[in-house]
Amino acid sequence: MRVKLHGTRGAYPTSSVENQKFGGNTPCIEIIAGNDRMILDAGTGILGVDFEDGYTGERIDIFLTHLHMDHVQGLAFCKPLFNPNKEVHIWGPGGSCEPLQTRLNRFLSPPLFPIPLRDIPSKLIIHELSETSFTFGKFQISTEFISHPGPTLGFRVQYGSKILAYLPDHEPVIGKDHLYPEDEWVSGFGLALNADLLIHDSQYSIKEYGSKVGWGHSSLEMAAEFCSRVNAKHLVMFHHDPAHSDTERTRMFQEFNRSSEYTFPIELAIQGQEIEVGG
Amino acid sequence: MSGHAIELILSRQLADCLSVPVFIVDPKGNLLFYNTPAEQVLGKKFEDTGQMSVGDWGTSFNPHDEEGNPIPPEGLPLVQTIKTELPAHRTFWINSLENKSTRISVTSIPIIGRSEVFSGAMAIFWDNELHL
Ligand SMILES: [Zn+2]
Ligand SMILES: [Zn+2]
Repeated sequence: MRVKLHGTRGAYPTSSVENQKFGGNTPCIEIIAGNDRMILDAGTGILGVDFEDGYTGERIDIFLTHLHMDHVQGLAFCKPLFNPNKEVHIWGPGGSCEPLQTRLNRFLSPPLFPIPLRDIPSKLIIHELSETSFTFGKFQISTEFISHPGPTLGFRVQYGSKILAYLPDHEPVIGKDHLYPEDEWVSGFGLALNADLLIHDSQYSIKEYGSKVGWGHSSLEMAAEFCSRVNAKHLVMFHHDPAHSDTERTRMFQEFNRSSEYTFPIELAIQGQEIEVGG
Repeated sequence: MSGHAIELILSRQLADCLSVPVFIVDPKGNLLFYNTPAEQVLGKKFEDTGQMSVGDWGTSFNPHDEEGNPIPPEGLPLVQTIKTELPAHRTFWINSLENKSTRISVTSIPIIGRSEVFSGAMAIFWDNELHL
């Protein structure tokens, strides 16, 4: 199982020359295993998915963690949606008073977007997800609601014996220096337990987090502590703040590394990067 | 292992920030968490006890009525909420650590998250003689 990082930036896309190294597109990752493919999140990174390669069938599946703009912004410009021969399945969080379709329609309709959802040329099928486990092709998928404003799902994707956990927007504990000591009180614990690869929010420096408590994101330190607690084997720090230049982000990471003693590999997500899960 | 539902975890986060005693129980009535002010009511520390069964926590603060008759666990709002999955409220007396009878009001609410599963209940204790 390979994962391709098409968008690693949080909040809003950036084209600044200062953000080229880690990339400017907002969250979208593609999981590739044999002939099976799944797309997680539809930030502007989804525009980098090559739908001509590996998507020969009519069906395309896009799984959304939540509906914050940075995770759905690319949906409106995602080519298969405008192909009448395609069947696009969008899976996203239920748990709201309004159906997922109505919530998506708020963005995918005038005046924010010229075409209402009902007039999108492809065959669109919307699936609401709650806390569940199911088989999708050869993938075994589990979802849970996690700590982030609004209905937000984390994903655990297993293929054979390899496990990927994807929690791009997550504040596992709010306003505390450390996670709760008891594992069962840690948001997202079961999703990420023993994962071979954990892709996790790490938007802020520890200092910045102090003024962003409750915004739904983690510091680098919090992400690493979470990774260690769930015994995940490899951490990819995700959801870079667009306000940070590559230089600042690198400095922040070096500073984190100086005081960290974790033994598992930790890296900053880079747009375009491909990672072999458990490789 | 899987952890607690997010609505329970966030209830604990809220309880952590409150200055009044808060108890959080699972659907069986097991006390999953109590905050620092609640430690005063129970005379126990969460760090020491961890989770407690209803038989253990339900009687430990000696709930009683005006005449001093003990109130069994079934008479406590939190235990009622577990049974009915509905909010409950009651004013009664408990013995403080100094063995003084204190009149308190307890409100309990069911905790039902986005998956619409009853994941437990939360009770807030209010000391009627306390003026914050
Ligand atoms: Zn985001
Ligand atoms: Zn978000």
